[in-house]
Amino acid sequence: MVGQVRGPLGAARDLFRSSPAFRTGSIILLILLALGALSIFAPYGPTDRRVVPNDRSPSFQYPFGTTSLGQDVFWLTTFAIRNSLFVAGLAVLISRSIAVMLGSSSGYLGGRVDRLVSSVTDTFIVMPRLPLLILISFMIRGSLSMLAMAVLLGLLDWAWPSKRYRAQVLTLREEEFTNTAVFAGMGTFRIVLREHLPFLIPFLLADAVSGFLFAIGMEVTLSVLGLSDLGSPTIGTMIYWAGYYQALLARRFWWLGAPILASVLLVVGMYLVSVSLGNYLDPRTRLKTLVARSGA
Amino acid sequence: MSFIKSYALPRVLQWAVVILVGTTITFIIPRLLPTDPVEQTLRRVSTSQIDPRAVETFRNTIQDLYGLQGTPLEQYGRFWTRLMRADLGPSLGAFPTPVTQIIRDSLPWTIGLLGASILISWVLGIILGTFAAYFPRNRWSNIIGGVLVTVYPVPYFILALVLVLVFAYYIPIFPLVGGSSGSPANLIPYLLSILQHAFLPALSLVLIGTAFRFIVARALASTVIASDPVTYAEMAGIARRRILFAYVVRNSLLPQITDLGLAIGALFEGALITEFVFSYPGVGYRLYTAILQSDFNMIMGITLFSIVGIATATLVIDLLYPLLDPRVRYR
Repeated sequence: MVGQVRGPLGAARDLFRSSPAFRTGSIILLILLALGALSIFAPYGPTDRRVVPNDRSPSFQYPFGTTSLGQDVFWLTTFAIRNSLFVAGLAVLISRSIAVMLGSSSGYLGGRVDRLVSSVTDTFIVMPRLPLLILISFMIRGSLSMLAMAVLLGLLDWAWPSKRYRAQVLTLREEEFTNTAVFAGMGTFRIVLREHLPFLIPFLLADAVSGFLFAIGMEVTLSVLGLSDLGSPTIGTMIYWAGYYQALLARRFWWLGAPILASVLLVVGMYLVSVSLGNYLDPRTRLKTLVARSGA
Repeated sequence: MSFIKSYALPRVLQWAVVILVGTTITFIIPRLLPTDPVEQTLRRVSTSQIDPRAVETFRNTIQDLYGLQGTPLEQYGRFWTRLMRADLGPSLGAFPTPVTQIIRDSLPWTIGLLGASILISWVLGIILGTFAAYFPRNRWSNIIGGVLVTVYPVPYFILALVLVLVFAYYIPIFPLVGGSSGSPANLIPYLLSILQHAFLPALSLVLIGTAFRFIVARALASTVIASDPVTYAEMAGIARRRILFAYVVRNSLLPQITDLGLAIGALFEGALITEFVFSYPGVGYRLYTAILQSDFNMIMGITLFSIVGIATATLVIDLLYPLLDPRVRYR
């Protein structure tokens, strides 16, 4: 291991001070998480309609304005952020669990397992997912709950990360320190845990974010096509209803602006945090900075 | 000979497997799910006034149309026979025009849009990315890098929507819908109108494509720059521009070509989304109208078509690759 190991809080404080990308990203994410958490205190239920006057522009009383359905855009957005985070989070959990399992078994076991798993993975990489997603959600139109959508998205997004994970494992197996560890008599399990995991975790973190981007993007796409559970507020369904009531033609841009802004901030924040965290945690870059420092 | 056996044959096999698995999935999905496309279609067309016997005949017709008669195995057999004849049945939204004909009519739009944006974003991304890696302290490469890295994670649909809002709605410099205006008789204005209509959809695809390519190219080029040949070339005092193009770009180009095959699927999905956001008359727009019209046959047809199309495009790139990389040819 390179560099001293700090607790996660210490690492976060370090990063916050040294990396502007991490600072910006984490502040954005914290604000959005706080907004999502605020939904617990919402004065209205997530599906309540006609509880506030229609079509008010943003004001002191309604900071983000109100919709044509009599919903407060501010509170609606808090629900939307919470729900979209739930869908995307679960999808990432499912897809990355499958990917890690397949990728590492393929990379470490090799041989026939590797050939079988790799060809299955290659098959699913080429499969166009959006038409399949549309076909499936069209068939179960209306009953595609948020949970079902998360599972569906998770099941369609493991192939590419699995292949990349396998490639990572294969390079790590070829590294000199793996051989050193083997000759030093370290067990396979300990090598994987102590020597390889520090390399794989930053990779997984960065990869999880691309999963998040896929899930959020697909949720929005399916919802805007009217193929998801349109009753529950998510970033996608908010855009759908704003379009349905022609928020644009009526110049009610706050209705459309809130979910768009929320989604952009969410993904950009996440991306910034993951990139800076990945750089920080990656033993390779840490090695480089150490070398540069000792050279200076 | 050994090249065909060790390189081409496995890829052709993989292609066949992808199509087999993909079509089988599209065959199974509608049969597993609780909703019945036949009943959905019936409900859409029938009212209470219709004679029940007529409804029964119609049900038989649609069941036959969807290949839903007989045992599952028989159905699967007939499904394949129809696929082999490239017969995807009639569209329900534009009855009785065959689905294949509608796809054929809208395909040139999609291919044109996709081809142009892939080409532009690929060249642009590689040049910008390599520059950013070679001149890490250049102000311009930092600004461009910053913009592209911010655009990259934004969900595709949102990016397209914002472009429509800004450039076709609030500042109406580009048309809101369609792929062309005027008639092909006036060739030059017609071609110009095609370019004008394609500009925004292509821009959204190019932005996303370039951003991805940029990130990959920058990473690849940094590895090449740190390699021995480049270090020696710098020590030997070879001009920087020559190092950049003869060493760095050339060496980081090949992985990008393999990547292109894999990126085609993602860009195709992007094109589908672009087309319904911009009402551009390609396959994606057809898919959108099919959803609005509950045209099950059309959705099924486009899904099957995309699987075969993407798999084939990937195969073609894979087979062309050895022409560019001698290492694959002489192994």
